Amino acid sequence: MNGCGEFGPLLHGFVDNELDAANVVRLENHLKQCTQCRDDLVDISRLRAAIEESDARFEAPDRLHERIAQRFNPKPSARPIAQMKRWAIPGASGALAASLALLMLLPIQTQSTVDREIVDDHVRSLLSDHLTDVRTTSQHIVRPWFNGRIDFAPRVPELAGAGFPLIGGRLDYLNGRVVPAVVYRRRLHTINLFAWPAEHSPNRTVERDGYTILEWSDGGLRYAAVSDVGKQELIQFRTAFLTKAPGE
Amino acid sequence: MPHIDGAYNLACYLTRDPSLSEDIVQNAFERAFRAFGEFRGGSPRAWLFAIVRNCCFTALSARNKQSLRLVSEASLAQDDRDQISNFPDDGDNPEESLARQQEGLTVRSALEGLPEPFREAIVLREFEGLSYKEIVEVTGVAIGTVMSRLARGRSMLARALLEYREESSSPMHEVPR
Repeated sequence: MNGCGEFGPLLHGFVDNELDAANVVRLENHLKQCTQCRDDLVDISRLRAAIEESDARFEAPDRLHERIAQRFNPKPSARPIAQMKRWAIPGASGALAASLALLMLLPIQTQSTVDREIVDDHVRSLLSDHLTDVRTTSQHIVRPWFNGRIDFAPRVPELAGAGFPLIGGRLDYLNGRVVPAVVYRRRLHTINLFAWPAEHSPNRTVERDGYTILEWSDGGLRYAAVSDVGKQELIQFRTAFLTKAPGE
Repeated sequence: MPHIDGAYNLACYLTRDPSLSEDIVQNAFERAFRAFGEFRGGSPRAWLFAIVRNCCFTALSARNKQSLRLVSEASLAQDDRDQISNFPDDGDNPEESLARQQEGLTVRSALEGLPEPFREAIVLREFEGLSYKEIVEVTGVAIGTVMSRLARGRSMLARALLEYREESSSPMHEVPR
């Protein structure tokens, strides 16, 4: 599982999405001619899947959750507004409030990691000649292709009429899970559209390294479109996506 | 409160003692709240995990002083192996769930048998999804070391899992290298 020579550790950096673009290109060129490294890459992914499916992670017992909650938030049933009033008292409880507030902000930190992964996935799809696993302009081919490969069904509308022709789809890896990536074109630009199950939450726009990410919720799924086309055009894309009735 | 599960999982794998880990995690959260003024940016989760990690090492060294004999890693792994073979056959569980639990125990035992630096890297990466940069913040080693620990750790883990599977005399599996 350690490849051949210098490429061994790089294989792991690659599956962990931690290589810079130069090393990704170097490794991908090497992979074209090295069966050992290709096999090892498969083994590493298989091992990671086995760990993920294994239930080997320890879960904190409820009593530990309760003990910590009681210690730092003596009235867990208090309504948010009452808590905020209590936090407003200066001094020790103010520091506690700041700590709690910080820990509550953590999802945003995690979010920025996901944003980075989205951009990295997008860039890699363009660099690595692996834009699509299934190449077709028909939603009736892309959607069934995802069946059995992922356990949810993203919408794959054809948007050529709005100036965003469908190119195809592939599987990618995002935030620790396999996700569908649907690929659209805008003139000479590429748009990757990722989807995963998530509770409904507000639309987001993020600019990162010259790329724009637009996120929205629809039908129990979270969609993230990423591209180097401008924000305005991504908004047009989302509007086209949301107004296109399913199956149309 | 976020990250209690992650903190507990890390402590369980570092100490291999779930009940000690409960105290460690509570202690670590107390310290995190008290030491909050020292937080200097970066990933708050990595910062919290670094505190959990310190608490684990403190608790382990305190326990080792009390205890008359040290338990070597090799013999612990053997204990774990015995535990697997004695795993109770809970008839109430559907077979699939039982198989999943046993697979969980196998991965868990194999992982617990790895030397600490490799075990830690895999736990932080595979269960908690930390980036290499965050693992650097937790463990204080260089980023290249994180990558090489994951490379070696995964190889050792794959080999250990293979041994378990051969021991349990299941039908032929494909052999991960």
